[in-house]
Amino acid sequence: MKPIHIKKEAFGPAMAKAMETYAVAGPVPDREDAKRRHLFRCLEKGETPDLEYTATQLSPKALLFPQAETMFRFKVPSGGKKAPFLEAESFKERPLAVVGIRPYDARAFDMLTLNFDSKDYKDPFFLKRCHQMVRVGLADTTLKDTNFSTACGTGPFDTTALDILLAKTEDAYIGTVITAKGKSFAAAAGFEAGSAEDTKALARMKQEAESRMRPGPDFSALADADTLDLHGEDHWARLAFSCINCGSCTFSCPTCWCFDIQDEVTGNDGVRLRLWDTCMTDLYSAHASGHNPRQERFKRFRNRFMHKLKYFPDKYGQGIMCVGCGRCIDNCPVGIDIRTIIGEMNAKAAGAAKAAGTAKTGGTDKATEAAS
Amino acid sequence: MTNPYHPYPVTIRDIRTETEDKSLKTFTFVFDSPEDESAFDFTCGQFAMLSVQGVGEIPIGIASSPTEKPEVKFTVFNTGKVTSHLHRMKAGDAMGIRGPLGNGFPMDRLAGKNILIIGGGFAFTTLRSFIESARQPENRHRFKNIDVVYGARTPGMLLYRDELAAWEKSGDINVHITVDATDDQDWPYHTGFVPAVTERCAPASDGNTLAIVCGPPIMIKFTRPVLRDLGYRDEDILMSLENRMKCGIGMCGRCNIGRELVCHDGPVFTLAELNGTPGEF
Repeated sequence: MKPIHIKKEAFGPAMAKAMETYAVAGPVPDREDAKRRHLFRCLEKGETPDLEYTATQLSPKALLFPQAETMFRFKVPSGGKKAPFLEAESFKERPLAVVGIRPYDARAFDMLTLNFDSKDYKDPFFLKRCHQMVRVGLADTTLKDTNFSTACGTGPFDTTALDILLAKTEDAYIGTVITAKGKSFAAAAGFEAGSAEDTKALARMKQEAESRMRPGPDFSALADADTLDLHGEDHWARLAFSCINCGSCTFSCPTCWCFDIQDEVTGNDGVRLRLWDTCMTDLYSAHASGHNPRQERFKRFRNRFMHKLKYFPDKYGQGIMCVGCGRCIDNCPVGIDIRTIIGEMNAKAAGAAKAAGTAKTGGTDKATEAAS
Repeated sequence: MTNPYHPYPVTIRDIRTETEDKSLKTFTFVFDSPEDESAFDFTCGQFAMLSVQGVGEIPIGIASSPTEKPEVKFTVFNTGKVTSHLHRMKAGDAMGIRGPLGNGFPMDRLAGKNILIIGGGFAFTTLRSFIESARQPENRHRFKNIDVVYGARTPGMLLYRDELAAWEKSGDINVHITVDATDDQDWPYHTGFVPAVTERCAPASDGNTLAIVCGPPIMIKFTRPVLRDLGYRDEDILMSLENRMKCGIGMCGRCNIGRELVCHDGPVFTLAELNGTPGEF
């Protein structure tokens, strides 16, 4: 861990220098948004990541997993003639450095990787970008009330998924180089070495930021809870009552990866596209026969939370599929708060565990029934 | 890294209409390149994506046996965008196949056992793959008795009619064919629903019999108690599921039943395994 210290006025030139070696992405005001809210995108020559931003409505996952991606090209066959399937050109992208990513958003990339890098299948688009990518994080010192990232095992200064961590001070970005990839980027950008003072300041800022956060939800009882018990609870219809299945939560979520596959044709030229999808629509799981295992809205709602909080942890053994960024809370048009859902699920699970414990120690028949 | 979304180019060699209402056709494909053909190394019970450029992809169970390679067959019901397009295609047309996908039937577990196969309607396709494979002289000795209960609404809705007759004649498996109803006075087989015929004809389990059940949900629902009464344990009942799929390789998310992904962890599960899931199928 090597401290670095970049004067704010030196940051733009440093990025220009880095761009000689890397493609750079970062937060910039969205030109198409009337409110000029920030979003993450690949930057053109002359642009600099705006590290004075506070939050982005969408997570930076599109840098690894674009909203629409060509998986291959083809010619539409006609008259029985052969038509080739061709590879997409997205294999030839330059290594990308994402500068200004929040530490918990970077952590979400590692969760996505669990899905796209399985034992039997590798997603070449995602993985190639992911392996090449340099993650230059920006500590979150302007935390929203909805952020509960520390409760999710990451946080505003988490270094575990980053190559470099930067933090904003009055006149400089101070930080630390974490990996060899980060070292190469720091050299390419010409980041100046920092001092022991910077290291101390960084630790102080971390403590201060984390202490300002509200206590997060408790999901300690979920890991040991029975999946079918959690799924079968009678509170789901009530919890989902206001949900309009709009999908804002899934699109803005840094850890949601569901996708659809569609063909698009112009003349004789076609592309097979992978597109972000949402588990909130009925078409998502409707069979060709018309039967739908998740026909009722609350079942789609339940599947999303069960996936994040139970199926995913059970499948991978690496904790819940949520980094606590709070975007789904900020973006939900009907005010559904994942922290409330976690709280309700955990309370039910804790109640069932307690009842089971009582039963074991000679509780009433009623307690045994409740637990079974 | 290879692109797992990239189909193998294939050509339709033959199209056969299977049922009297013409809603089911069997497509026979050959691979355009010998390397692709050998790479498409499948086991019974697996499926593949049939891929038409500009139209889309659909997951369909492989109806042919590995012993029938280099040809591969798929029986397709005309129901949606891609299947209706397929039904309009002709022999000689070019398209793609991506796969094989899914786990398939557990051939090691099935070896040395009596096998009871129960199929209804057009869910019989991967069962045909297994039967055709198991019947081959080089494979038949690997299994003990094989019983097949297969039903359709009418005689004209049975798939693979010629083969069913040939299987029955050969005597190397016990075939119990049934239709819900028929006007045919000379109908030589059973009439009645699959669960009832199973009750009458299927062997009881001595603990050394595995059942493979594929059919519409209503058939499965009423077959389960019959199998229980015949002594089949839930871990000895295999079922093949069909949730909506896109990628077929466990990444796009939609086919999940709890933590299980039907495309990758399935499509074949034991009933005992399914009992442990939230049952969203």
